[in-house]
Amino acid sequence: MPSRDVVVGSRIGLHGRPAATVVRVAAAQPVLVRIGVAGRPPVDASSIIAVLSLGAKGGDTVTVEADGEGAQAALDAMVEVLATDLDAEPADA
Amino acid sequence: MPELVGIGVSPGRSAGPVFRLAPPPALPEVAPPVTDPDAEVAAARSALAGVAAALRARAASVSGAAAEVLETQAMMAADSTLATAVAARVARGSAAAWAITEAIAEQRETFAQLGGYFAERAADLADIGDRAVADLLGEPMPGLPSPGEPFVLTAEDLSPADTAVLDPADVLAIVTRRGGPTSHTAILARAMGLPAVVGCPDVVTLADATVVSVDGTTGQVTVIDPGEAAGIRERAAADRARLAALTGPGRTADGHPVPLLLNVGGAADLTDDAEGVGLFRTEFLFLGRTSAPTVAEQQAAYTELFAALGQRRVVVRTLDAGADKPLPYLGLAQEENPALGVRGLRVARANPTVLTDQLTAIAGAASATDAQVWVMAPMVATPAEAAGFAQAVRAAGLAVAGAMVEVPAAALHARRLLDHVDFVSIGTNDLSQYTLAADRMSSDLADLLDPWQPAVLDLVATCAAAGREAGKPVGVCGEAAGDPLLALVFVGLGVTSLSMSAPSVPAVRASLAGVTLERCAELARIAVDAPDARTARQAVAATI
Repeated sequence: MPSRDVVVGSRIGLHGRPAATVVRVAAAQPVLVRIGVAGRPPVDASSIIAVLSLGAKGGDTVTVEADGEGAQAALDAMVEVLATDLDAEPADA
Repeated sequence: MPELVGIGVSPGRSAGPVFRLAPPPALPEVAPPVTDPDAEVAAARSALAGVAAALRARAASVSGAAAEVLETQAMMAADSTLATAVAARVARGSAAAWAITEAIAEQRETFAQLGGYFAERAADLADIGDRAVADLLGEPMPGLPSPGEPFVLTAEDLSPADTAVLDPADVLAIVTRRGGPTSHTAILARAMGLPAVVGCPDVVTLADATVVSVDGTTGQVTVIDPGEAAGIRERAAADRARLAALTGPGRTADGHPVPLLLNVGGAADLTDDAEGVGLFRTEFLFLGRTSAPTVAEQQAAYTELFAALGQRRVVVRTLDAGADKPLPYLGLAQEENPALGVRGLRVARANPTVLTDQLTAIAGAASATDAQVWVMAPMVATPAEAAGFAQAVRAAGLAVAGAMVEVPAAALHARRLLDHVDFVSIGTNDLSQYTLAADRMSSDLADLLDPWQPAVLDLVATCAAAGREAGKPVGVCGEAAGDPLLALVFVGLGVTSLSMSAPSVPAVRASLAGVTLERCAELARIAVDAPDARTARQAVAATI
């Protein structure tokens, strides 16, 4: 199954706004996208509870996988959104 | 008078009778047998869908952070993982309300084990469960009390749904038993300007209608004589009015000037009466992209802000990125311990062009505008680093170079740093994190991260003394400068300017205007001599 590793670009990790944004992008894909962290079975990336349960922090590597028609484009979209800092308000000094 | 103590998370004072948030629905002791599993699953789904719809409707009626939080909670209620877990519980013989309760409890446990921010999302889930169960059992929705008079709201913890429907006209203040500085209660209370205290275990011992005063700065909740409440509220209202009326540059009662500068991420964050910018964060240009911004692109962005400032001062912080704020094009390795890794100025060790390009762009923008442009580097640890940075700044044609003091080594050797740079600016959040060895993202260590820690204040004093000797400015940026009491302590220690987010300025301006420089010095001694952060804050508050 096509899969891709990506470093979580949101410094605060996959919670709050970043988690919600990632889930919305996954839900908009024509194929089921799964997301996993090392050592755990991958989960449905369109489920906010499943994504939060990964506990992924900024800088962690996550793996996204998808199969079927449009899987590559879906993975491209996921890699892009995951690598972006979605909570771009910089922390205080 | 009995006094309860928690963590003050939203400043201000108020007083009035306490009323508890309506408790969640209780499941009947005996669970009914499941005769039609499909019907139970359908009932559970329908209840959760109703909760999701209600949360979305509330999200639509508010804006900003509150709306975002509610939309995320609505996503949780409508979540497929939750629906699957509920169906599995029904299949094992649980009726709808029980299946939801069990599935939510299991998921909450997962979140709680993740700790920190994730653990705080457990409250969102519990709230979803309570609402769905109330619907299934035909019980009233858990929610806000309505005693018919303004009240101090107390609760175990508040959910986003609770806080979003709070009417600041009815609620005087918020006190919760649980929650940390990053809980919804804290975030939303600040957004609404309501005093709030979280992490106050004894609040559950207060009977409804007990009259208390609440201080959201010190975290004190005091049972008072009911007759005193109106007076406390009037004084708090007068304080707010006084703050709003004061304008002009920051100065003490005896006229000692203390510039009150802004922490900004761009021109949109400026206010008309600001004396200047004490921290211009440049990260926004670098985030969310796959290659570094060009010199021309950066110069255009800097010019926009500098031009908006006229002849006022702007302190530009060079890129503060690293393993903790990863940017793919910097090519930095992953690190076990990013807060102690290659971040801030250290990025320039392997990748000097990012810094030199940025300095070129800043110099270009400076020469095109009239603003007084100062430049400082984040995460300076040694005098050699400060010297190297100052040299790079001057080579770019910029006149004023500074170092941020976030690392204890830099604070201890501030004098040696100031041999090479023109000013230092203390970043209190990171300085607290590194001095107390407490991860600033950890809500469990909020007490250690408190900038009132006397050890942190001692380091600020060391920097201020070094600045005085060298005749060079020593500023404080970071949210601690926006604490109206702590600001006085900083000034008393010898800090020459304070930089904070714009909403904090009026209270600090008013606070400074009320005391002399000599009095600030007295307060500083009291704070530094205190045994711990809480005592320091309380002793200073009591002296004022």
